[in-house]
Amino acid sequence: MSSDEDFMSDQMMSDDEFDDDSLGELDSEFEDDNDNYLDDVKDEKPQKKAYEVDYRPLSAQTIRDEQAMQVNEISTLFGLSPEQCAILLRHFKWQKERLIERYMDNPDVVLADAGLGSEFSKPPKLEKIRGFMCDICCDDTRALDTYAMKCDHRYCADCYRQYLESKVKDEGEAARVQCPAEGCARIVDSKSIRLLVPAETYARYEELLNRTYVDDKPNLRWCPAPECEYAVDCPVRPNELHRIVPTVACECSHVFCFGCGLSDHQPCPCSLVKKWLKKCEDDSETANWISAHTKECPKCISTIEKNGGCNHMTCRKCKHEFCWVCMGPWNEHGTSWYNCNRYEEKSGSEARDNQAKSRASLERYLHYYNRYANHDHSAKLDKDLYIKTEKKMTMLQSASGMSWIEVQYLAQASSVLQQCRQTLKWTYAFAFYLERNNNTFIFEDNQRDLEMAVETLSELFEKPPEQLRESKKEMMDRTAYVSSRRRILLEDTAQGLRSGRWSFTVDV
Amino acid sequence: MASGLPKRIIKETERLVAEPVPGIHAVPHEDNLRYFDVSIHGPAQSPYEGGIFRLELFLPEDYPMTPPKIRFLTKIYHPNIDRLGRICLDVLKGNWSPALQIRTILLSIQALLGAPNPDDPLANDVAQRWKEDEKAAIATAREWTRTHAMT
Repeated sequence: MSSDEDFMSDQMMSDDEFDDDSLGELDSEFEDDNDNYLDDVKDEKPQKKAYEVDYRPLSAQTIRDEQAMQVNEISTLFGLSPEQCAILLRHFKWQKERLIERYMDNPDVVLADAGLGSEFSKPPKLEKIRGFMCDICCDDTRALDTYAMKCDHRYCADCYRQYLESKVKDEGEAARVQCPAEGCARIVDSKSIRLLVPAETYARYEELLNRTYVDDKPNLRWCPAPECEYAVDCPVRPNELHRIVPTVACECSHVFCFGCGLSDHQPCPCSLVKKWLKKCEDDSETANWISAHTKECPKCISTIEKNGGCNHMTCRKCKHEFCWVCMGPWNEHGTSWYNCNRYEEKSGSEARDNQAKSRASLERYLHYYNRYANHDHSAKLDKDLYIKTEKKMTMLQSASGMSWIEVQYLAQASSVLQQCRQTLKWTYAFAFYLERNNNTFIFEDNQRDLEMAVETLSELFEKPPEQLRESKKEMMDRTAYVSSRRRILLEDTAQGLRSGRWSFTVDV
Repeated sequence: MASGLPKRIIKETERLVAEPVPGIHAVPHEDNLRYFDVSIHGPAQSPYEGGIFRLELFLPEDYPMTPPKIRFLTKIYHPNIDRLGRICLDVLKGNWSPALQIRTILLSIQALLGAPNPDDPLANDVAQRWKEDEKAAIATAREWTRTHAMT
């Protein structure tokens, strides 16, 4: 029992840690973009694991509120309307300090650059102008509603609306929608847009603005899960990605890497993940196999695999006859037919070496790839496993009279299993790029321990439901053990990454 | 037919006929008033001088919110116009404004003939030649104008 409690409390502890990061604290931390940031945190919170990073999921509403807060702050400071300040902040990609500095230097230039020009203070409204003809639709009907911003490029409200709708809905523009007039760089502000377009388009506009906010801020990233509207706030910068794998969990429970947006790939750093996926994807190993197992006809360059027989080759395609060993024409072999005396020649032995090397590298790749693919496959069966687990849980409840609470350990075990398979999968990509030295042994030991623990736990799942009751304690112990093995492995690799202990065969 | 046509297009067409731009003709097809046959005279002091270049112009459904579609029909040697006659011009793409008109766009195209811009090329081979050996490129442009645009 104690092990279970251990496991549970540990989980809760790490959850608490994330909640601890209050708004204010994070904000101030992002302001000064210092590299020592992580070390500072380590000092403050000794209990934090090396493989964990600070982060905070934000809802769409929070993101809007954050923007509004900053807009209001600037608005009070500059004495401009919030709409103008929003445009200014977006123009400066939300770098508040830079905006303030530049604005204090020369407000007119800043306003003009951001497409605001001189002051506008009155709330926007539609007007009817006598003798007006809209330059877009050429309508000159009396009592036509028209609109113009401070730039005084006036069009009928209908054309303005159509223009804004096509910009927002078709082109997905928001922060940089300009006045419809040719060459006018004035940005259409949110108040004008709200006045002119239907509510649905305005909602889309706001959503797009929200998106640019997240895209503009380096400490924010959208959760890549489908339909998820959350973003995650994390202080890790791209230049730290070679020593940190910033894994974050969104409110929607999707776990992903803040650095690259792919799903959780601890302990493998982003750049290795990218290389590995490319290697697996573009099938570069096919070429490797070809070079390991085949040669080309010296005359017509057809690829030939020798699958038996003597060294006297006759190309099927061009009928060229040559020696498989030295690749020279067969008729030059003279009396040494069927016993190529050029075998020991330098060029021949070099060719053999190359072939052996390429074969060895292929085998090495396949070793890691097979294990990677195996865990990947198992991870893909997650869903099935979970559905099966749920069935087992209901069966257990009815068959043995255990309560719902009492069978939760199965769900727990299943999710730990899935998590560990994901980790294991990436340890193989990690190991593939790892230079062999004494550190590698520690890593491989950790990897083996985790793998064995995972397989034992996985086996327990295969038991028929009637036996599950007896194995409850064992399963809970195993679950706790597996997740502790995972923590140990991640802790060790993460610490190694931070201190630069690992050496890789490629640049990270 | 004309009843379904937006007022804007009718007005523009009327004006193109009433106050034609020198060196530019644009006539709508009788059976499709959104489709125009266009011809542009090569500007003076340019390698295209003396040539008459035929283009086709189509006003899409959501014109003037989206730019007209325009293509050269006459072969032309120009760094911003490719073999299929497609034109690389900012106002035909991102810089389109609904306040622009057929007239202004055609004037921009005429201006493009007078001032080729090899730094923003569409036809890479032509642009490269233009940069490496401008004299030879201009000679070729003249040659093409003679053979394709003066018949």
